[in-house]
Amino acid sequence: MAVRTLQINDTLVSAREDQTILEAARDHGIKIPTLCHLEGLTDVGACRLCLVEVATVGGGAKLLPSCVSHVAEDMIVHTDTPRLGEYRRMIVELVMAERNHVCSVCVANNHCELQDMAVAMGVDHIRYDYLSPSCSVDLSHERYGIDHNRCILCTRCVRVCDEVEGAHTWDVAGRGTRSRVITDMNQPWGSSDTCTSCGKCVMACPTGALFLQGSSVSEMEHDRGTLAFLLNAREKKQWLV
Amino acid sequence: MNTLTTRVDEAAPRTGSIPSDGDTPHPSGDERFQAIDAAMKRHRYQQDALIEVLHAAQEAFGYLAPDLLLYVAHGLKLPPSRVHGVATFYHLFTLTPKGRHTCAVCTGTACYVKGGETLKEAVERATGIHAGQTTPDAGISLESARCIGACGIAPVVVFDGAVCGRQTTESALERLEGWIGHGAD
Amino acid sequence: MELTDLHAIADAERAGRRPIQVRVCSAEGCLSSNSRAVRQRLEDATVRAGLEDRVQVCEVGCLRLCSEGPLVRVEPEGSLYQQVTPEQADSIIGTLTGGTTDARRGDPGGAFFARQHSIVLENCGVVEPERIESYLAAGGYQPLHHSLREMSPSEVVDSITRSGLRGRGGAGYPTGLKWATVAKMPPGQKFVVCNADEGDPGAFMDRSVLESDPHRVLEGMAIAAYAVGADRGYIYVRGEYKLAIRRLGIAIRQARALGLLGSGIFDSPFNFRIDLRIGAGAFVCGEETALMASIQGQRGIPCPRPPYPAQAGLWGHPTLLNNVETFANVPAIIRDGDAWFARLGTEGSKGTKVFALAGNVRHSGLVEVPMGMTVREIVEEIGGGAPDGRAIKAVQTGGPSGGCIPAEHLDTPIDYESLIRLGSIMGSGGMVVMDENVNMVGVARYFMEFCKDESCGKCIPCRAGTVQMHRLLERIGAGEGNRADLARLEGLCDVVKHTSLCGLGQAAPNPVLSTLRFFRHEYESRLRGDSPAPEESRSVNAARA
Repeated sequence: MAVRTLQINDTLVSAREDQTILEAARDHGIKIPTLCHLEGLTDVGACRLCLVEVATVGGGAKLLPSCVSHVAEDMIVHTDTPRLGEYRRMIVELVMAERNHVCSVCVANNHCELQDMAVAMGVDHIRYDYLSPSCSVDLSHERYGIDHNRCILCTRCVRVCDEVEGAHTWDVAGRGTRSRVITDMNQPWGSSDTCTSCGKCVMACPTGALFLQGSSVSEMEHDRGTLAFLLNAREKKQWLV
Repeated sequence: MNTLTTRVDEAAPRTGSIPSDGDTPHPSGDERFQAIDAAMKRHRYQQDALIEVLHAAQEAFGYLAPDLLLYVAHGLKLPPSRVHGVATFYHLFTLTPKGRHTCAVCTGTACYVKGGETLKEAVERATGIHAGQTTPDAGISLESARCIGACGIAPVVVFDGAVCGRQTTESALERLEGWIGHGAD
Repeated sequence: MELTDLHAIADAERAGRRPIQVRVCSAEGCLSSNSRAVRQRLEDATVRAGLEDRVQVCEVGCLRLCSEGPLVRVEPEGSLYQQVTPEQADSIIGTLTGGTTDARRGDPGGAFFARQHSIVLENCGVVEPERIESYLAAGGYQPLHHSLREMSPSEVVDSITRSGLRGRGGAGYPTGLKWATVAKMPPGQKFVVCNADEGDPGAFMDRSVLESDPHRVLEGMAIAAYAVGADRGYIYVRGEYKLAIRRLGIAIRQARALGLLGSGIFDSPFNFRIDLRIGAGAFVCGEETALMASIQGQRGIPCPRPPYPAQAGLWGHPTLLNNVETFANVPAIIRDGDAWFARLGTEGSKGTKVFALAGNVRHSGLVEVPMGMTVREIVEEIGGGAPDGRAIKAVQTGGPSGGCIPAEHLDTPIDYESLIRLGSIMGSGGMVVMDENVNMVGVARYFMEFCKDESCGKCIPCRAGTVQMHRLLERIGAGEGNRADLARLEGLCDVVKHTSLCGLGQAAPNPVLSTLRFFRHEYESRLRGDSPAPEESRSVNAARA
């Protein structure tokens, strides 16, 4: 496997040619914000938070989603410019305004990737209208629940269910801002014929949308460790207990 | 792990019925299923043909009821959520029955600059529903119509599938009043 | 099928033709104005007048002046009748034997027709779209024969490259370069896809081509398939275009029956099969990656590029994707030569462009003009200007991805680069004329509502940003916005344009940006003077504090 040398934030780094910019940055301790990326799942480039600036021949810079863009020799990448900062802030505000993200009463308060992102970006108010859609909460499953008020449509649950568990219980219905993640025929989760109750979707969820039944405010911590363990075991045949 | 094993044991058909093979009538006796079976057969039950099969199903039944979607899912061996996801992504598929009459005001740009918006509002006021909805008595469905490409005769309204050009609020309402008046017929 | 067989069918068709042809437009616009009944009555009248052996009533494609339909054209005398009613059929047939008619006569020599230059539409309104013999009599499928027998695949690619043809779907990517990329991919399964998902509101060019001359598109695709080494093709047609779908289906069956599609075409090793795929109402499927997802039976959700379809398209195989009009240019380029084509148009934009001229304009319909003609020539000379003596305020091109060209820039020539400099795009060819009564904030709101409804919902900026922009435009339009709202709107335009995943989102702010650029006063005059209201905020880390 050939190695490529590139510059990330004015530091020379090396990466395997099949690596993405996101992976190369992570290997060198440079953190790029993401919400839809999850190690081990196919990347979809949907949240747009991982956009980075890549210098072009003409002297300008183009924005590329680092989760799906591969490294190239002599590439010059900036992951944290003021322009990117402003775009990311606006994207986080847009997603916070889209549904009813009320952190103080959320099961995932203090354990939420969206909240962490907002705090890191210094989002202390939302400049856009709250769309305040009416979203349902489905508690029909014996162990888990879904609160669509907190869903950011990152589709991690859809992908982990399809790619890791293989059940494809989840998918997205509708389109645009009316999109919803659904189980089977948009039926109550508890009545799903395909769900194996494995809980991987709950582990993968970045927010308080998918949770364990019985969690109260701030109690829902998503178990990423188990997911990482499973993925390592499956793909790398390494059982890192 | 236990859960998984039990689920696999139950993996045989759970709900809905299995597509019949060709000419044998559908277990429910509903001949319209033959149109769906024919479409699936023509595409050799390939999963890529989902949209084609949904077109055939809607053509036969008028709308895509949940059991119909499940029937297609079984036939193409697709996850139900995928079939539901595709059916709800596209505007031309409808999951609820349509009214006896349909009316669609074109919302293309040419119609817009020629007053299509006023027309649409008038039609919505007259029927008391919005585009995408059906009147409670199932008499009229208002459909949302993207540009239908008859811009030369804008503004355009489609009544029961017939494209009518150069419409005015008066001409459109006159047509609708006939329907509203005979809604129960 | 051999060339001699092709000629034999064409000769028989020409020999069987009666001296006078009465052509009735059967494209969607005229059909909806009852042209089918007109045709029936004309046929009856012909029989009654005992003229069956001299007069032939035939159903042709679009006769172009859609606003005056139903249209009837009598050849070879060249008369054009407009807004024909079934009752006028007898008197129109009567004119052939010296009678008079009260049917309205159009002016076939007027600017609307005389200023046009037909390549793509050369058979439109001439051939009978449901009869392959008619297309063959017009020289159809001879360019395909020429390609297969006289040219190597790379010669075909080179010819298209030299012609300077650029993609007619909107972005203007050089067609030859695209073909060369697919041709250079290692041999194996490859696909040719025709994008007929014409979704821009105000655009009906592709539909007219498909309804009027479907074989031309099939032939263009077959030539492309030969050039790039593909043996399977798909036409993805908008589900709303029932007539185009029907005629394409007929055309494919006819071409297969004559061995012009299928295996061993013209006795060569070249095989090519075309299947139709019918869209189900999603504008985003005009985006190439979404279109391919839809062909594969999935939600029409775009994917990041690269990989480009030319490298990994349908089912991961190299796929050539062009628009209807692009393919329709191909047979003419092969027939008349790339040098001929390259002489038409401007330095960077060769050939002609078909526009669907509509809106506040006296003559609306289908128009094909050489690249480089000015917008003013199209809307004022061909289109006859705005009706009732009103002034033209702006001309919208490119649909929801384009912009409004203000009256002061009407002398801009039609070419890809000039339109981009004005903040619009060539787009697929919708051209909507707006007169002085049109409110430009309303136009921006109209297009944003469209984009919001058509956003697939995958990426956040487009999904959530278009909704917010739409709300701001509604507020400003209603006179309830303030300066902070305008600033927020401009900020959203920036983020949505630069961070969205696909072309739909990236171009969604264009109608706002272009109206802000040329009609900013219309926004500002609607703003409320008072200072921005204090913003409601919902603390993100309240629980932490």
